[in-house]
Amino acid sequence: MTGAKFLRIAAHRIAILCFIAFSLFPLFWLLKVSVTPNELLFSEGIRLWPSRITLDHFRFVLAHSEFPRFFTNSLIVSGLTAIMATILAALMGYALSRFRFRGRLWLAGALLITQMFPIVMLVAPIFKLLSPLGLTNSLTGLVIVYTAFNVPFASFLMQGFFDGIPNDLEQAAMIDGASRFTAFRQIILPLALPGIAATLGFIFTAAWSEMLFALMLISGNENATFPVGLLGFVSKFSVDYGQMMAAGVLALIPACLFFLLIQRYLVQGMTAGAVKG
Amino acid sequence: MTAISSYRTHRPPFRQRIASTLEPWFYCAPVLFLIVAVMLVPLILGISYAFRDIRLLDPFSGGFVGLEHFRSLGQDAAFLRSLKNTLWWTGATVFFQLIFGLTLALLLNTPFRGRGIAQALVFLPWAVPTFLAGLNWAWLFNPVIGPIPHWLAGLGLMEEPSNILADPSIAMWGPIIAAIWWGIPFFAITLLAALQAIPKDLYEAAAIDGASPVQSFWSITLPYLAPVIAITVLLRTVWVANFADLIIVMTNGGPADRTQTVASYIFTQAFTRLDFGYASAVALVLLALLLAYSLVILILRQKLSDRAV
Repeated sequence: MTGAKFLRIAAHRIAILCFIAFSLFPLFWLLKVSVTPNELLFSEGIRLWPSRITLDHFRFVLAHSEFPRFFTNSLIVSGLTAIMATILAALMGYALSRFRFRGRLWLAGALLITQMFPIVMLVAPIFKLLSPLGLTNSLTGLVIVYTAFNVPFASFLMQGFFDGIPNDLEQAAMIDGASRFTAFRQIILPLALPGIAATLGFIFTAAWSEMLFALMLISGNENATFPVGLLGFVSKFSVDYGQMMAAGVLALIPACLFFLLIQRYLVQGMTAGAVKG
Repeated sequence: MTAISSYRTHRPPFRQRIASTLEPWFYCAPVLFLIVAVMLVPLILGISYAFRDIRLLDPFSGGFVGLEHFRSLGQDAAFLRSLKNTLWWTGATVFFQLIFGLTLALLLNTPFRGRGIAQALVFLPWAVPTFLAGLNWAWLFNPVIGPIPHWLAGLGLMEEPSNILADPSIAMWGPIIAAIWWGIPFFAITLLAALQAIPKDLYEAAAIDGASPVQSFWSITLPYLAPVIAITVLLRTVWVANFADLIIVMTNGGPADRTQTVASYIFTQAFTRLDFGYASAVALVLLALLLAYSLVILILRQKLSDRAV
């Protein structure tokens, strides 16, 4: 190996390590404070790892706070949103991928434009619309809103994955007498499973992360999702950093799990869906 | 046309033709219905609110006020400040996200051992819920539990460890750094996808002709990436300008409106003051500015590509 080549490889590795450190450091700090006993947090000052660790903060948050409820609410809302949005996006994406109908490009353009709508502008009117239907302060209301906001991008993702499946497959089934919808369900959907998984994971993390609508539509703790609960917690008990960060670690777990499962499909989905579309 | 025509030789009867015209619309109908009901109708309502006096909890509000809100906007110092802040916030955030995102995409595009794991780790911030990303960075900037003020003090950049988010002269950097951290993966993923679509033989040909890696970056990689970069920057600019979560969580616009952007100002007006009418007027101004921006960029892009041809 020549010296120049060695230097280049070393620089490359160091740069990658810097990015990894920058990406992980805030999360590491979250974890660190969440396992630091309160008395050490203030007496030891700023150090990378405490001399003694504790799970007390987690125990308190799980047993004596309302976080299990926030967690369940978020899980329900994000899970239902992911399922609903993915089903609808699969239908829409299939239509965009397979049919060449009048208005198709117009439709794709309309989907793209919805991505530019300023969400902050829609929050107030949506509140006013949902209120007479009894859908404010309800998980159902959140699921409907989240599904609508996530479905355009999910449709592009699904279209990209369908584009990657050869057209001949359902043609053959349809010649054998299957209806198009049967062919779609029994042949195309199973082949698109990786794409469906990626879309599910993507929508789940997006819904898990949503804050503005949750803050606006939900009042009280009964139906609060994680952001509403955690922000309330921060303003009420701003002294107990250990508990706040333990709650933060809990909020992180589902989104990160999903993300790690789907991340290798993301580049593929982006190539097909977002960049070309 | 669709596949059906490939094996059907005669002209189908009228009812069948209607059915096959309608078929794609059956697949699209649920999504269209949702988008109209939850996005389009509220958008139109929101635009109408801008010209009405809509205050939640006030049963006597709702009347038409014409341009009243817009007139107050012109004298609203907090709003004018938030316009300036939005420019700074959006520009700095998107610029650094692009620079770091591009660097990261280039680094990940070279094969190396452990690339899969490295990719998962550097993309991880994107999975962090934005409210948590905001809180996490707010905690890092907090001198009681966070290391950053202590490091800055250690380096002599700060006289004593104090809360960066409470210092009017530098508070804006707090949300900007959090936004950069959170948004690098998006640029990196998009640009990595684009990099992988560049034909490999172009680089081989360039190497045979004796081009250095730097030369092939400027003459192959960058021109290929340019359209993707342009569209990503356009989308992200609009998105970051509209993005209020980090600011609401980290500073809530303070200290003294130093970190208030138009997006967070809209939220404050709607959520804290429950003044939907005024909030919608501010939102309409933001929407108009962003549309104008997008239009100018698209026209410029068209002009540039016309010249290239």
